[in-house]
Amino acid sequence: MERRHTGASSQLVRRLLGILACAGLTAAAACKPEVSQSLGTTSAQTGAAPAGDTGHLAADDGQWVRPAKDYASTRFSALSEINTANVKNLRLVATFSTGVLRGHEAAPIVVGSTMYVITPFPNYVYALDLTKPGLSVKWTFNPKPELAAQGVACCDLVNRGLVYDAGKLFFNTLDDHTIALDAESGKVVWDTKVGDINLGETMTMAPLVVKGHVLVGDSGGEMGVRGWLKGLDENSGKVVWTAYHTGPDKDVLIGPGFKAFYAKDQGKDLGVSSWPPDMWKIGGGTMWGWISYDSTADLIFYGSGNPGPWNPEVRPGDNKWASTLFARRPETGEAVWAYQLSQHDLHDYDGVNEQILVDLPIGGVTRKVLIRPERNGYIYVMDRATGEVISANAYGFVNASTGVDLKTGALQYNPEKETKVGKVVREICPAAPGMKDWQPTAYSPRTGMLYIPHQNLCMDEEGVSANYIAGTPYVGMNVKMYPGPGGNRGEFEAWNPVTGKQVWAIKEDLPVWSGTVVTAGDVAFYGTMDGWFKAVDARNGAVLWQFKTGSGIIGQPITYKGPDGHQYVAVLSGVGGWSGAIVAGGLDARDSSAALGMVNAMRDLPSKTTKGGMLYVFGL
Amino acid sequence: MMFIRRIATTAALLVIVTSCEREDRRLNSQQPAAPTQMVPEVRLQPGPTLISDTTEGPYDDNAYGTTEGQVLFEQMNCSGCHANGGGGMGPPLMDDEWVYGSKPDQIFASIAEGRPNGMPTWKYRLNNQQIWQLVAYVRSLSGLTPKGARPSREDHMMVKPAPAQTPNAKPKNSGLPGSAQRP
Repeated sequence: MERRHTGASSQLVRRLLGILACAGLTAAAACKPEVSQSLGTTSAQTGAAPAGDTGHLAADDGQWVRPAKDYASTRFSALSEINTANVKNLRLVATFSTGVLRGHEAAPIVVGSTMYVITPFPNYVYALDLTKPGLSVKWTFNPKPELAAQGVACCDLVNRGLVYDAGKLFFNTLDDHTIALDAESGKVVWDTKVGDINLGETMTMAPLVVKGHVLVGDSGGEMGVRGWLKGLDENSGKVVWTAYHTGPDKDVLIGPGFKAFYAKDQGKDLGVSSWPPDMWKIGGGTMWGWISYDSTADLIFYGSGNPGPWNPEVRPGDNKWASTLFARRPETGEAVWAYQLSQHDLHDYDGVNEQILVDLPIGGVTRKVLIRPERNGYIYVMDRATGEVISANAYGFVNASTGVDLKTGALQYNPEKETKVGKVVREICPAAPGMKDWQPTAYSPRTGMLYIPHQNLCMDEEGVSANYIAGTPYVGMNVKMYPGPGGNRGEFEAWNPVTGKQVWAIKEDLPVWSGTVVTAGDVAFYGTMDGWFKAVDARNGAVLWQFKTGSGIIGQPITYKGPDGHQYVAVLSGVGGWSGAIVAGGLDARDSSAALGMVNAMRDLPSKTTKGGMLYVFGL
Repeated sequence: MMFIRRIATTAALLVIVTSCEREDRRLNSQQPAAPTQMVPEVRLQPGPTLISDTTEGPYDDNAYGTTEGQVLFEQMNCSGCHANGGGGMGPPLMDDEWVYGSKPDQIFASIAEGRPNGMPTWKYRLNNQQIWQLVAYVRSLSGLTPKGARPSREDHMMVKPAPAQTPNAKPKNSGLPGSAQRP
C-alpha cells in the first residue's frame, strides 16, 4: 500500500484514517452509521470525523432517538445555539399534559419533526407534531395494561423511556409487554408478552435496539423474580435469546467464548454454586437500567440488579450473577466477560446504572474504557474489552465498604456495616438506593467531565425473616433512611474520570433524581424534586438559569433542533419514583419504613411539591 | 404502703376480670365465618339508606387475635407492600383514607377477594380465621379497634409508634387508587 499511491489506495488510507479517527473519538459508538440507518437518512461523514471533533458524536444532533442519545450513552448534544452566554434568556415555548400523575422518569425522544412521549403506568404513548404551534397531538396509543400490575411494581409505576429505530418505536409496559408501534401511524406492529406479573415481574426500563435486536429486561428484584435480559427480533417481536442472571452457565449464556478478568468471576456454573440450593431460582438479578453498545467491539454492556431477598444472611455465597456487569454479543446474547460489582450484596446495591463508553488517556496511553458511577459509591473506570478495573474511586461518602481491591477486583466490605437479623445496624452509607440510582449521567467530551446527578443518603437496617410467596415482596429488611453527611440529600457533581476526582458539585437539599444532558454550548441541565429545572455552566457549576415547573422533576432532559432550525430543551415534570413515592403514592410519613425506608428521608416532600405530569419545552 | 399495694392488686384483678375477652385465645371455638352477604364498597344508595355496616370484626377486641394478625401481616408479606402501615407499593393502612372501605367486612373482602389496582386475592391461601385476624391488625394500625386489644410494642426496629399509641384516624372513604387518573 505504501509503494503504490494510487487513488484507490489513498481512498483506502483515508478510510482507514477515518476509522482510526473514529476509534479515537471519545464515543466510538457514535461513529457507526446506526443512527443514520435508523433515521433512513445518510450521514456518510460520521466515520470521517476528525479525532476530537465532538460535533460528530452522533449522526444528527437535531434529533434524540433514544434516552441515552447515543450508543455510548454520553447524553451529550453538539448543539450550541443555547450556550452559557444566552441560556439566561431561555423561555417556555410549549407544554403538554400527559394525563398521568405518577413519577415521570422517561426521556422524550425526537425523530424528524415529531416528539414522542411515554408516560408512567398506564404507559400512554403520545406523538406530538413539532411543526404545529403548541405541540398538537398526531396520535395517542393506550396499551391498556392490566391494573393489577400496579400491585407488583416496587417503587412507583415508572417507565424510563421509549426508543426509535427504523420507522418503529419500542417500549415496555408495566405488565410485561414489549410493544413495537409504527412511528408514523401509532399502530401496533407487534406486541410480545415477555414476563408474568403473577411472578412479580414488571417492566420499567427503556429498550435498546442493536443490530435488529430489541434488548429488554425485567424489574422485580424485591419480588423474588429471576432476572433476565432478552433479545427480540426487531421486525417480528420473536424472542431470539434470553440470558438469565442466575442459574447454570447455559441459562446465563456463558459458553466457551467467556473470559472473566478476575479469578473471583471464573468457574463453572457459578450462578448455581454461589447460592444455597435452588435459591438462584428466586434470586433477583433483574435488569431495569441501562445498556450501552460498542459497535467496534460489537459488545453490549449492562449490569444486573440486587440479589433477593435483601436480607443477606439467608443467601450465603457470592450470589452470582446479581449486581454484575456483563459484556455480551447483541445478536446471540453470548456473554464475553462479566464482573460482579457487589458480591453477596448486603445493601440492595443493584448494578443497573448506566455505563458511558469513552476513550481516555490513562497512564500515557489511550484506553477504551467504560465508566460506571455505581450504586455502591464508586466510579468504576474499566477496560471495556477485558473487564479489568482501572480505577474505582468513591464519589461521595462511603462507609459500607473501604474500597475496591484492584488486584482481585473485589469490593472490600466494612464488617461493621454488615446487616444482621435481630440487630439494627446504624449509619450505613450509602443507603439502599446507593450513591446514585437509575438517574443517568452525562459526559461532555469538551470538558472531559461526567455530570452525575445523585443522592446523599444513609440508613439503619435490620434483617428480618423473608418468606417467598410468588408475586409478593421478598425483601426481609427493615430500613430507615436519612440524609448523609452534610445534610444535603442530593448533589449534582462534575467529575474528571481521568484524575478520578470531583471538579465541582452543587449540593441540593433533595436527592437529584432526574437525568441530565450536557451540550456543546457548555450547559448542563438537570431538575430537582421540588420542580426547579436548572441550567448550569458545565465548566464551573454556576447556575445560569432556572425555571419552576409544576411538579418535582425526575425525568431525563433532552435537547434537539426543531423544524425551525432552532435548539430546544425538553423535560417531563411529575414527581414520583422510589424517592418521590411519598407524594405519588400518598404514603404516611409516620411510618419510617414506608417505601422500603425511603419515606423517612423524604417526609418533607409533600410540603415542597405535588403530583404532576407535564412536558415542558424551552427555547430562546 | 400496704394500702397502695392493695389498690394495685385490686386494679390488677379488675383488669384481669374485664379483659377476659381481650385475652381469650379461642383455641377451641369455631372459626368465625366469612361475611354472610356481599359487602357494599360504596356508601351511595339510591333512595333511603338500607344497608347497615358492621362495626366490629370478630377479633377487633381480642389482643391474641390481633397479634396473630400482626404475625400473619409479616409472614404473608403484607408488610412488603404496606410497610408497617405507612405503605409503599400498596397504600398506607394507618391513615384515614380507605379506597375500598374501613369496615371489618369491607377489609375482609379486600383481603379475601383482592382489589383491581394491585391487591391480590388471598382467599385461596388463608382461611377465614386468619383473614379476620388480619382485619383486626389492619384496623388496629389506625386506631380503629379498642385500645386495650392493640399491640403496644413492635418486635423490630422502632419505625413508628405502636398501634396502641396510634390515635383513631376517623376513616374517610375518599382514597383514590393509584391509577384513578385516566384520560
